[in-house]
Amino acid sequence: MSGLHRRDVLKTAFAERGDALAISGLGSATWDLASLGDRDDNFYLWGAMGNAAMIGLGLARARPDKRVVVVSGDGEILMGLTAFTTIGAKRPENLAICVLDNERYTETGRQPTATGMGTDLAGVAAACGFPVTRTLTTEQDVAGLGALLFSQTGPVMAVVKVVDESLPMAVPPRDGGYLKTRFRSHLLGAQAATMP
Amino acid sequence: MDAHWSEAAHRHFKDAGVVQVGYVPDAGLSKLIDRCREDNEIDTVMCATEEESIGLAAGAWLGGQKAVVLMQSSGVGNTINAIASLISSAKFPMLAIVTMRGEWGEGNPWQVPMGQAVEPTLNAVGVKTYRAETDEDADKMIEAGLRMAYSSDQPIAVLIAQRLIGSKVWKSGKGDGE
Repeated sequence: MSGLHRRDVLKTAFAERGDALAISGLGSATWDLASLGDRDDNFYLWGAMGNAAMIGLGLARARPDKRVVVVSGDGEILMGLTAFTTIGAKRPENLAICVLDNERYTETGRQPTATGMGTDLAGVAAACGFPVTRTLTTEQDVAGLGALLFSQTGPVMAVVKVVDESLPMAVPPRDGGYLKTRFRSHLLGAQAATMP
Repeated sequence: MDAHWSEAAHRHFKDAGVVQVGYVPDAGLSKLIDRCREDNEIDTVMCATEEESIGLAAGAWLGGQKAVVLMQSSGVGNTINAIASLISSAKFPMLAIVTMRGEWGEGNPWQVPMGQAVEPTLNAVGVKTYRAETDEDADKMIEAGLRMAYSSDQPIAVLIAQRLIGSKVWKSGKGDGE
């Protein structure tokens, strides 16, 4: 178990965000992304557990001109592990996935997940063809997280081992239609409302 | 008239500006999948499970691209929470083309329960279903479904009847049961 704190790690890395698009997996990762300040180019999931990485893939393929970063937790990612094979096969260069791995299903009572019992998510990603995979456990490792998420040619899998801690909820907007339209309007301008 | 409904489907994809096609293979979809894969302007994404294709389509739409998802009826069971939780909650457009098993001369009993559950489960999570019994039905329904999905932000599934695809004869020694 490392001594890294998820929101500190994310805040440091996201200082390098620029105009990158962000998707967050339900639960803690959504609160973590919101804790950095709400933005129109954040799409927070409040459900659809297991699908954050695939939403990232669809977005990354639609917008190869933009960096797409998916932030999620270990439980959410474990539920959609098959997506690693699909992403590994397509190899989108502009997609990075950041797993804040506390080895717990935090929202449901901190039950342990398989990442604390042997599953190595970075190892799985490497085995599926991700060219860049890292497990980060120290402050020194984390100094390179911004570059991994926002600059390095992907697909990138960055697994950050973080402490299991109770944090206040930072609640972003929860209306899915609003979040979708806000995101699309930011990205596509007036066309978002008039296409097709 | 097209020789096969997949020709009309591909034409409608092009006319509507569909770019991403997420799929899990099925014998009944093989002609359409091949046609999409051979089209350099269509970005096909083979998914390991049908649930993935729902997220893919939502992500594509967030980025301003239209997507279609292709799956066999048994795969519908893998998509239900993703459709309910993501597509219906956030009012994403969606067009799924589902090739049916378990409903017409089915030779594999394990296909029947999910095949029979496709329409009620999709309807229960807010998806409107069109059933195509002929090539002409499929042609018109895919065209209408694309417009309904992408002009009215609706989740639509066009179910291609097993009678149209042709039911498989499963015999010992012949293989190819799925």
